[in-house]
Amino acid sequence: MNGQQFRNNSLLAELFRQEYPKMTAVLCRRFGLEHMEIAEDMISDAFLKASEHWAVNGVPENPAAWLYTVAKNKARDHLKHVSLFETRVAGNIKPEEGENEPDFGFGSGYMEDSQLAMIFAVCDPDNSAEGQICLALQILCGFSVEEIANAFLTGLETIRKRLYRAKTRLRDSGFQIRTLSAASMQARLDTVLKTIYLLFNEGYFSKTNDQLIRNELCAEAMKLAVILTDNPLTDTAQTKALLALMCYQASRLDARTAGTGEMILFEEQDQNLWNQELIEKGNYYLVNACQDKQVSRYHLEAAIAYWHAHPAAPDRWQHILKLYNQLILIEYSPIAALNRAFALAKVYGHEKAILETEKLKLVDNDQYHKLLGYLYEYVDAGKAIDHYRRALQLTGASPARLVLERKIERLTGI
Amino acid sequence: MKEFMLIFRIKDIEDFKPTPEQIQERLNWLAGIAAQNKLVDQGNSLSPFTGSAKTVRSGNDVTDGPYTEIKEFIVGYIIVRAETIDEAVEMAKENTIFKLGGNVEVREVIKHKLH
Repeated sequence: MNGQQFRNNSLLAELFRQEYPKMTAVLCRRFGLEHMEIAEDMISDAFLKASEHWAVNGVPENPAAWLYTVAKNKARDHLKHVSLFETRVAGNIKPEEGENEPDFGFGSGYMEDSQLAMIFAVCDPDNSAEGQICLALQILCGFSVEEIANAFLTGLETIRKRLYRAKTRLRDSGFQIRTLSAASMQARLDTVLKTIYLLFNEGYFSKTNDQLIRNELCAEAMKLAVILTDNPLTDTAQTKALLALMCYQASRLDARTAGTGEMILFEEQDQNLWNQELIEKGNYYLVNACQDKQVSRYHLEAAIAYWHAHPAAPDRWQHILKLYNQLILIEYSPIAALNRAFALAKVYGHEKAILETEKLKLVDNDQYHKLLGYLYEYVDAGKAIDHYRRALQLTGASPARLVLERKIERLTGI
Repeated sequence: MKEFMLIFRIKDIEDFKPTPEQIQERLNWLAGIAAQNKLVDQGNSLSPFTGSAKTVRSGNDVTDGPYTEIKEFIVGYIIVRAETIDEAVEMAKENTIFKLGGNVEVREVIKHKLH
């Protein structure tokens, strides 16, 4: 199922993105994940019907409600049909207890719960990170296969395969989307947060130059986090910290690329382009995230982002270094190690930072050589050039190449 | 890769209360090892104070305070990952405990397999 056939009609495309995830969530909750493709087919049919009907009769006053009604009727017909022939299946799709009117709850309340349940069903700790993001984009964010392929700079077939594997897993997982318990939510919340974090980073550090795709990925990740903060069971300190982190990062999205699509280094960003409203939202969520004593990686990263968003503070690099120290003690990652070394340079100077960075021995990492190139610039121009050249060799086709080439030119020109 | 425990000792109980600068320096050192992905266990500090430390000897002989027969006592430990003991020694050399007149003992960890 993909939204490509509706792309020509911008209203339908927009509706698809907005409503498809919600409708899937509601219908899957009713039919069970094992019958997911029935739900998907019905929703596709509803959109197809809309494109035909609206072209002739005009767009209805409330297009979303129109779509819900069609999907609802299709689901009802389907239920009637199967109950005649397959009592076994029908047994599986009895209305939930305490719910007498099978109206498929496209109303508020039921829909939010269904969306939340779907998020938890999709975020399976056993999925590969790539499969996980693809699945989240399609089912939770209403992205088409084409849009996912564009975001990843990957072929359609690869994405289709990833989705196929992840979806088979989801169907066979036996995850109880209909009766989502507090216990199963707690058990999966870490994976849910990690998926949202990956989704956001996919947008924030995207390989693609398409600013629109980047912004959309980041916005979708934030939307999912907001759904989590709306439910007391999932509105934990970690969720708030993650949302704070995303607000701070997103506040810089517009400043991150120059007109040429080339990445702008942090220090060279135009701070006037930072989105003050998002920074304030970040502050709000971070303060709320710190009500209890819990410290997660999201807390630390949000706090680091906070200091980056407040460059006037004179001792901010000391704070950032301390936070990176804590972060690296919670969980090692090459990028955290390199960022820590950069903060170390800001606090203790380049020579000390060079010693610390060289110990990292991340010789196949382009960022490692980029950092050493930067640190050596004022210490040993020859070594700086060597490292920038090595970084260039390790950097694929990317806007970062231009920056490196310019640095090498400038250093060799001296 | 082998694992080594670094055991920290000091002589003067007063030195167990480090200044904020000393704490920061120690944390920088520890994070520096973690940044190389060589920290196995960030260990713990061991309190040497009365009421938190006792030494038990044969014959039900219990005395207050840590074991000090060698005129110094253990204040903490961490476990690192290294190819050789020399590499672990290099890590230990950069610790700030020497400024306090302390020392670091480096010991390879031998893991017993459970049958």
